[in-house]
Amino acid sequence: MNLTTQYMGLELRSPIIVSANPLTEKVNNICAMEEAGAGAVVLHSLYEEQIRQERQALFHHLTHGTESFAEALTYFPEPDEYRAGTEGYLELIRKAKEVVNIPIIASLNGVTPGGWTSFARKMEEAGADALELNIYYIPTSLEMSGIEVEMTYIDILRMVKEVVSIPVAIKLSPFFSNMANMAKRLDDAGADALVLFNRFYQPDIDIEALEVKPSVLLSTPQALRLPLTWIGLLYGKIRAQMAATSGVHTGDDVVKLLLVGAQVTMVASAILRNGIGYLRSIEEGLRHWMHFHEYETIDQMRGAVSQLNAHDPSAFERAQYMKALIGFKPDSVR
Amino acid sequence: MTQREMITIDANEVVARVAYKVSEVIAIYPITPSSPMGEWADEWASKAETNIWGTTPQVIEMQSEGGAAGAIHGALQAGALATTFTASQGLLLMIPNMYKIAGELTPTVFHIAARSLAAQGLSIFGDHSDVMAARSTGWIMLSSASVQEAQDMALIAHSATLRARLPILHFFDGFRTSHEVNKIELLTDEDIASLIDNALIAQHRARALSPDHPVIRGTAQNPDVYFQARETVNPFYANAPRVLAETMAAFERLTGRRYLPYQYEGAPDAERVIVIMGSGAETADETAKFLNAQGERVGVVKVRMFRPFDLRGFVASLPTSVKKIAVLDRTKEPGGAGEPMYQDVVTALVEEWVQGPLPQVVGGRYGLSSKEFTPAMVKAVYDNLAQDRPKNHFTVGINDDLSFTSLDYDPSFSIESPNTVRALFYGLGADGTVSANKNSIKIIGEDTPNYAQGYFVYDSKKSGSMTISHLRFGPQHIRAPYLISQANFIACHQPIFIEQYDMLRDAMPGGVFLLNTTSSADRVWDTLPRQAQEHIINKGLRFFVIDAYKIARQVGMGNRINTIMQVCFFAISGVLPQEEAIEAIKKSIIKTYGKKGEEIVAFNLRAVDETLQNLYEVAVPQTVTSARGLRPLMTPDAPDFVRNVLGEMSARRGDLIPVSALPNDGTYPSGTTQYEKRDLASEIPVWDPNVCIQCGKCAMVCPHAVIRIKAYEPAALQGAPEGFQAVAAKDTEWQGLQYTIQVSPLDCTGCGICVDVCPAKNKSAVNQKAINMRPIGDIREREVSRWDFFLSIPDMDRRQIKVGTIRQQQVQRPLFEFSGACAGCGETPYLKLVSQLFGDRAIIANATGCSSIYGGNLPTTPWAKDASGRGPAWANSLFEDNAEFGLGMRAAIDQHAQFASELLQRLSAELGSELVDALLHADQHDEAGIYEQRERVAILKDKLATLSSPEATLLLPLADYLVKKDVWIIGGDGWAYDIDFGGLDHVLASGRDVNILVLDTEVYSNTGGQMSKATPRGAVAKFAAGGKRAGKKDLGLIAMTYGNVYVARVAMGGKDEQTLRAFLEAQAYPGTSLIIAYSHCIAHGINMTTAMKNQKAAVDSGQWPLYRFNPLRVDRGENPLTLDSKIGKVSVKDYMRMENRFKMLELSNPEAAAQLFEEAQHDATLRYAYYEYLASRPYGKSNGSESH
Repeated sequence: MNLTTQYMGLELRSPIIVSANPLTEKVNNICAMEEAGAGAVVLHSLYEEQIRQERQALFHHLTHGTESFAEALTYFPEPDEYRAGTEGYLELIRKAKEVVNIPIIASLNGVTPGGWTSFARKMEEAGADALELNIYYIPTSLEMSGIEVEMTYIDILRMVKEVVSIPVAIKLSPFFSNMANMAKRLDDAGADALVLFNRFYQPDIDIEALEVKPSVLLSTPQALRLPLTWIGLLYGKIRAQMAATSGVHTGDDVVKLLLVGAQVTMVASAILRNGIGYLRSIEEGLRHWMHFHEYETIDQMRGAVSQLNAHDPSAFERAQYMKALIGFKPDSVR
Repeated sequence: MTQREMITIDANEVVARVAYKVSEVIAIYPITPSSPMGEWADEWASKAETNIWGTTPQVIEMQSEGGAAGAIHGALQAGALATTFTASQGLLLMIPNMYKIAGELTPTVFHIAARSLAAQGLSIFGDHSDVMAARSTGWIMLSSASVQEAQDMALIAHSATLRARLPILHFFDGFRTSHEVNKIELLTDEDIASLIDNALIAQHRARALSPDHPVIRGTAQNPDVYFQARETVNPFYANAPRVLAETMAAFERLTGRRYLPYQYEGAPDAERVIVIMGSGAETADETAKFLNAQGERVGVVKVRMFRPFDLRGFVASLPTSVKKIAVLDRTKEPGGAGEPMYQDVVTALVEEWVQGPLPQVVGGRYGLSSKEFTPAMVKAVYDNLAQDRPKNHFTVGINDDLSFTSLDYDPSFSIESPNTVRALFYGLGADGTVSANKNSIKIIGEDTPNYAQGYFVYDSKKSGSMTISHLRFGPQHIRAPYLISQANFIACHQPIFIEQYDMLRDAMPGGVFLLNTTSSADRVWDTLPRQAQEHIINKGLRFFVIDAYKIARQVGMGNRINTIMQVCFFAISGVLPQEEAIEAIKKSIIKTYGKKGEEIVAFNLRAVDETLQNLYEVAVPQTVTSARGLRPLMTPDAPDFVRNVLGEMSARRGDLIPVSALPNDGTYPSGTTQYEKRDLASEIPVWDPNVCIQCGKCAMVCPHAVIRIKAYEPAALQGAPEGFQAVAAKDTEWQGLQYTIQVSPLDCTGCGICVDVCPAKNKSAVNQKAINMRPIGDIREREVSRWDFFLSIPDMDRRQIKVGTIRQQQVQRPLFEFSGACAGCGETPYLKLVSQLFGDRAIIANATGCSSIYGGNLPTTPWAKDASGRGPAWANSLFEDNAEFGLGMRAAIDQHAQFASELLQRLSAELGSELVDALLHADQHDEAGIYEQRERVAILKDKLATLSSPEATLLLPLADYLVKKDVWIIGGDGWAYDIDFGGLDHVLASGRDVNILVLDTEVYSNTGGQMSKATPRGAVAKFAAGGKRAGKKDLGLIAMTYGNVYVARVAMGGKDEQTLRAFLEAQAYPGTSLIIAYSHCIAHGINMTTAMKNQKAAVDSGQWPLYRFNPLRVDRGENPLTLDSKIGKVSVKDYMRMENRFKMLELSNPEAAAQLFEEAQHDATLRYAYYEYLASRPYGKSNGSESH
């Protein structure tokens, strides 16, 4: 059985990739991921906004209260260099590249045109094998049209593609009026892969403290359906490869996503819950299924049950939703 | 000759550089104004910079200057080249070791930023009192007069000490030279190396203690030989002048700069000569040149070598024509025959003058505590000499209307060159004015052939402070160590300052005035006070305006207007061609901010581009339209002394206050901040009674005591201004009372910490609380009238207040109010709490540090009195003796009380046994008991007044001591953990009833954030530039080991009720109590508005566990230790990441940070486990154990 595959031209030993998550902040963890069989690792995102805020905070704290009082003209010694910015992240890329053999994909969340391009270039220089643009962008302006929002994505992709020569994936949200058209336009703009989908920050409310609570929910297996649907729909219709992310918790999930056409599948919540070693059991599940269904390679599987190749292509579209509803019986009335 | 770099730099940095280059061991301790020398050395060592031999010196911070001197003595004995830096009291602490070092003929150099000594008051500013106190130690004393000279003399000292085998004290004027930025020629490493003789170093090493060739040093000597042995060193002192002169000559061959131990400058045939050392010598020299150019014949002897005072060498320096000499000393020796240098000069002339009749010599004092010493004063000294009978033992620069020592001088006399541009900038501490000016000096000094000088005058307050930058630029070397009084350019960076200060008084005719204002060019005129309009018209000033705040906001720079105002200066002043200047500013922005991030660069560059289009020249009208004078800085109801003396200081006219107006023993009235309305806040908190739950937390945390609470009878509302807010008190015990929370709008600093801690939220809009920040503009007058009325409502009777809950306790009137502490200060809420709970009976010994500065820095001071005139009596002795100082107070009070009791008993018959018994056995454990005792004492005093027996006369002045008095010993962690730990330990061991409050900011806050033993592991601080490796000392645990000391560790933001309980228990404990209070600080690099959250995180992470150790519990069979907090709600790392002091390490050295943060977590876990173990041990019989 052969699990190898390629993703954006990178040779992977398995289609199971670790997607951006806090565990990738440590080189030790990245080693453990390789050991547990990860095909590649997408590093946690470098947030341009956070870097800018951190730099401004540092500048503020280094200057606040200074040159006001004769006995205390400053409050801190001034180091020669700060890694307030990309240095720490770039160092992580360099170190990870030194100690593991699997591809390292850097993830970038920018806010300014200059930020996207300069950070992307630095990541490439630091040795990243590919980039994932995490356009974690929630348009909240009442004045901004959908077209403008879409153009933002296209523009960012084009800008970055212009300045780097490594492959570039773009991580998207599903919230476009026409996801298919959006996928095609990104494809046209040169995306090497689409990573489907980003899970947006959705805060909670603490009803005791009456506060908005920033809480990140880990994905559940149910979250799988959205990427499964869209990858199934888009497979074979665009040139860019598709990586499935959100809701990949078992080997069966990987199987499903490969069958609908995912080039690779990405795991985060499952290892945050169960530990890095859990990657092995996901891979085991995949192997198990392949063994019993006598699949030899990943390529054999890929897209076999996509809309293009499924028995019932309409099952991917709205009619399927109606059928599902008609067939639905709540547990209580069963 | 070697090509050397010209740089703009201050003396502290350049002296430290020379010292660092030629040293192997450097012991440091912070003290103003020498701290930056130690900071530089530590910073360079942390970056592994090397000395001239290619190795990195060891830099060790000690627990005191005494410790530093001891460490240096040891390092020297072990053969190292060692140095230290200090000033003022620090030098005094070094004196014992200095005798030893000199007695053992050991080469070393101590660099001193010379500063006043604490006498009637402390002063951080410059004079020679400290070095003069060290003049008998046997050290060579070398004086420098300028930044260039300080560098040069530093090297000469390090070179000569090896040759002379005598230690050298090298000093330069604190602030005036230590902090002046000037353009100088920098010595290269090769220069430095060429003057240091390695063979002499080998000899020094050969003399060192070594078990390989052992000797004994430091013997005890007896009457038979001590005297003779003392005389053995004479040849070295005899030789020293020659060594110095030769070294200076070698230096001249190297650099072309000529220095002599006694250097005469002036007319070769001068008849009148001034003898002077330090920066004043520059002023005297320049003035003499000016006067000689006008046909006078005067001269100056610049004294560089003060010890040994080479009598012959000095006399030889004088022109033979001299007839009259004025010796100027920058020190005061009360009761002496004259000041030290005067006496030396008299001796020298008597012994060595052979040219004929002795010249007449007079002595005078000048420049104490950085008092200005100007050419006008120099001229006055020459004029005095020109008199037939010149005044002797005179003063110059002040108006002495008490002893009539002062010389008159004409303040308008000036020798400033017309080629020198002189600029004054009035800035607000926080706006970056000083850093921009330092930058301008660099641009002009280093990018153009011009010379540049900068000197910066700071405020006495830490919040909302004004800075005045004095900048000179010109084609000639600038030798003018005095403030600018006739400026070509005056900029007011903060609009309110033009309304408060007559700053245009210093403008030259035809000069420029630049104002940052929100008023447009066509409207600004009418906003100016009358004085400003008159100056502008009468002096024909050009007037420019800019709205710098608007631009700063637009480009994302908040309130930092530095770059904008800097561009304006260059655009208007014409010091450089505009385009060239703009390019230079931009280049400098990239250089300065590049490493801090491109956005910081981008903000500043945008600011540069935006500025020029927003700078407008005002068409100056021909007539004065304003009827408004300057804004008064003191309220009209202020007592005369406050208005006429303190008020003049506030108005920056303190230099004009005559001697007779000042207290002669350093005693000042309490509670004077209430009269100085600083009006600093742009936003103030406003109470919403409908949302308020009346918990009292806002008032408790308010650092400046501007939020006050009163609960009172409804009748008190009569005459209340319209809209005055009052609601029914919610406390069940206060039924029928009205309740008001009121803010003093003109005293608030706008820190917002009250809003952050307010737990009540508006039910319909949770972003609104029971107290909310509102722009002061529209509500200033309304809130002022409400505040004034609020003050008229009577305070609640203290007997009615249950102090055990914050809700009730906070109606106690604070007797510590409106201090000059930083906005959001973490220390002051604790002091205020002490003042509320115990202020009417407290005597406070306050260690030097932040709390002594915001607590006692003139003009106005915050410790106040209650309606009956009682309040904390406060004194500051020193930094290193405060525990002992407080213990002495306790001893005196106890002695008074004891003696009073004895006298009472003796007078029992006359006074009536009932009264006497009641007085002697009064229960004073609560407010009611104290109240009743005061009543009894009042009766007693009335009776005593009618008695004439000696006992009655003795008892009357002691009667008040029959009422309980609390001694509070207060200071920071530098005091308690380091410099006075020995004294503190002794007081802890004494068992005496004193309460010790340690305001633990975990650094030396007042001197700018140097590491103390309280600094936690992983924190970046000055002297710990690479992050502190060692853990924090556990002072509380040490104190607990005595067993009979009450110890509490508190953090108001962690658990305010526990804080309150600890203060009450500490005071009630009939022995020694120690409270260690977490005090967040500006030196932590935190958001001061939300600082209580940092306190909470410190507690919740276990970094700052809360506990109380009450020995009284042992008597009840209980474990004395109660742990009041849990660990692990947040990780130590998460807490550390909230503060720049830790975060900086992650950014500068992530590997070290990762390790130290992990160790810090380990520390916290272990410490907590240990406390838990201690707290769970069985005590006493109730647990079936006898063990204690």
